[in-house]
Amino acid sequence: MAKHTLSVLVENHAGVLSRIAGLFSRRGFNIDSLAVGVTENPEVSRMTIVVDGDDYIVEQVSKQLNKLVDVIKIKELEDSDSVSRELALIKVGTTASTRSEIMQITEIFRAKIIDVSKNTLTVEISGSVDKVAALEDMLKQFGIKEIVRTGTIAIQRGNKIIKTKNSDEE
Amino acid sequence: MKLSGAQAIVKALELEGVEVVFGYPGAAICPFYDALMESNINHILTRHEQGAAHAASGYARTTGRVGVCVATSGPGATNLITGIADAYMDSIPLVAITGQVNSELIGRDVFQEADITGATDPFCKHNYLVKNTKDLPRVLKEAFYIASTGRPGPVLIDVPIDVQTREINFEYPESVDIKGYKPNFKGHSLQIKKIAEAIEKAKRPVICAGGGVINSDASQQLFELSQKCGIPVVTTLMGIGAVPYDYELNLGMVGTYGVYTANYAVNNADLLIIIGARVADRAISNPQQIAKKKKIVHIDIDPAEIGKNIEVAIPVVGDVKQVLEEVVNISRKGDTDDWVKTIQREKSEHAPKLDSRSGTGFVNPKYLLSVLTELLGDDDIVTTEVGQNQIWAANYLGVRKPRTFISSGGLGTMGYGFPAAVGAKIGSPDCKVVCVEGDGSFQMNMQELGTIKQNKLGIKVILFNNSRLGMVRELQKSKYCGRYFQVFLEDNPDFIKLFDAYGFKGRRIDDNSQVEDALKEMLSDEGAYLLECRIDPEESTL
Repeated sequence: MAKHTLSVLVENHAGVLSRIAGLFSRRGFNIDSLAVGVTENPEVSRMTIVVDGDDYIVEQVSKQLNKLVDVIKIKELEDSDSVSRELALIKVGTTASTRSEIMQITEIFRAKIIDVSKNTLTVEISGSVDKVAALEDMLKQFGIKEIVRTGTIAIQRGNKIIKTKNSDEE
Repeated sequence: MKLSGAQAIVKALELEGVEVVFGYPGAAICPFYDALMESNINHILTRHEQGAAHAASGYARTTGRVGVCVATSGPGATNLITGIADAYMDSIPLVAITGQVNSELIGRDVFQEADITGATDPFCKHNYLVKNTKDLPRVLKEAFYIASTGRPGPVLIDVPIDVQTREINFEYPESVDIKGYKPNFKGHSLQIKKIAEAIEKAKRPVICAGGGVINSDASQQLFELSQKCGIPVVTTLMGIGAVPYDYELNLGMVGTYGVYTANYAVNNADLLIIIGARVADRAISNPQQIAKKKKIVHIDIDPAEIGKNIEVAIPVVGDVKQVLEEVVNISRKGDTDDWVKTIQREKSEHAPKLDSRSGTGFVNPKYLLSVLTELLGDDDIVTTEVGQNQIWAANYLGVRKPRTFISSGGLGTMGYGFPAAVGAKIGSPDCKVVCVEGDGSFQMNMQELGTIKQNKLGIKVILFNNSRLGMVRELQKSKYCGRYFQVFLEDNPDFIKLFDAYGFKGRRIDDNSQVEDALKEMLSDEGAYLLECRIDPEESTL
């Protein structure tokens, strides 16, 4: 099934996240990832939700989300018209002999090493889901101890923005 | 004006025009009760919080106003949940106010603490946990607005006890502005034109009317459309009363437990106009097949209902009344005369044959309901429980007006009808209120006899007693090879004595020849009354 990215503006209240997560589970929708943070307006948060499903599911998700009073606006972001990124921190096991090879790979991916110990390196990477996956794949051979990912965030290209009022979407 | 939070809630209720609240006090809601004592708002003390929620629902459905129920924290609040869920499924405007433990103690599992906003999220149109007293006026204003506009539904407000006692300068907002809540009332005019075109082209059109017609008070418009364009009407359970039962183009209830002609019409139509109905499984069990063979029009205020259960050719999002007004204005009758004739023929060929024989030792519930139809006035109200009694009433009671047939549709809540009758009688004291019961469902909320007694409510109870959970028994008969299990209520109490304990009259009948006289006696009595009817356990639902 195809993945769809929804950008959802919500009231920045306590309990909103659980309402949205609850809606997904009780309507039987699958969330691939969900990232949330406050917007330029401190009263509004923006969620980027990646949904697994066909067109029917995505339409239902949007309509049901729209029914929540806390949801202000929903927009499906098309791949061709938006940029998306994910941030991941990957902790890799190292020895004196593998450390430099890992550093080289990190450099090729334009990732950063943000922590080092005698037997670990922690790599920070941001990029598309594919890029993160590719780095993960390259680092597997050294033994990945831990991964943490933010989930995808996405924004429209160019002048387009999602505003809180229905009328003034550009 | 300096007011405590509790006084602010009461003041807000007064400003919203609330005349009655249904509730049950407890420690965490005591400040509210203390403030309510000073108000002219009537409080009906039910015997269980679930009764309060159902009574508020019965009040809301019969009067068209927002029903208000109140309970304390913890078990008080959780006891409301079934009533809230019921109102959510049937789109009934409710505002539920619950007390909550001190806001600083929330999360520490203190005495009578329950996360009621979390618990009711799936069944609420919206809910609030109020942390600041100054938010109360806005929250109350929003709650009534959200509950009663768009697709109506329940809204819960959870108020910690310290929020009720703290003082604020009370100012009630004049209007609401909720960024995420802007219901759309006016239908798209292009879509409405398409409906008119479809109606004119259709040879075999049918309207399926749901509870949305009643919620938006659109019965008149529906009737006009049906008459003007020669379109037969079927109703869902929630749509009963949308058109009078004896209107020649009313075919009755559709669906699994519906009338033959109604299902025949839906299956053979070339245009199906669904109005304020959500195409639930009990009404339309095979939506994919239905949609293949005909054009579907769907009018609903809730965009999420459109396309959810059935593929729609012409969707219109808007208030049913507003949309229908426009549709009636621009629609012209198609060539439907043959279709109407066919339908009329099917209707008379499949008219129910009522068994009114004497000497069987039983009362035929279907016959009794048809007699009751003749004895009730247009505005009299009937509530039902859930089970065989509900389907008998839906199919054999003639309902003339909207808001006079009250039954739990979506959730199918046993124990709904009796407390709902309490709310109905409070809201319409001059109407007769009859509650159709089964012996199983009555015992789910029979504690409300006390409420009826205390408030001197002349509610008439018709109890169909077959000493069985009749509908489950029927299901076990047809689907489980007659392996009957846990459906026998052989040791039922003496219901006549039970009513007598509260000082109510009653009569037990077991023959069809007694029906008319007994019903007349019941309806002419001033007080609450029990008419207990012995029913054949083999009596089928349909």
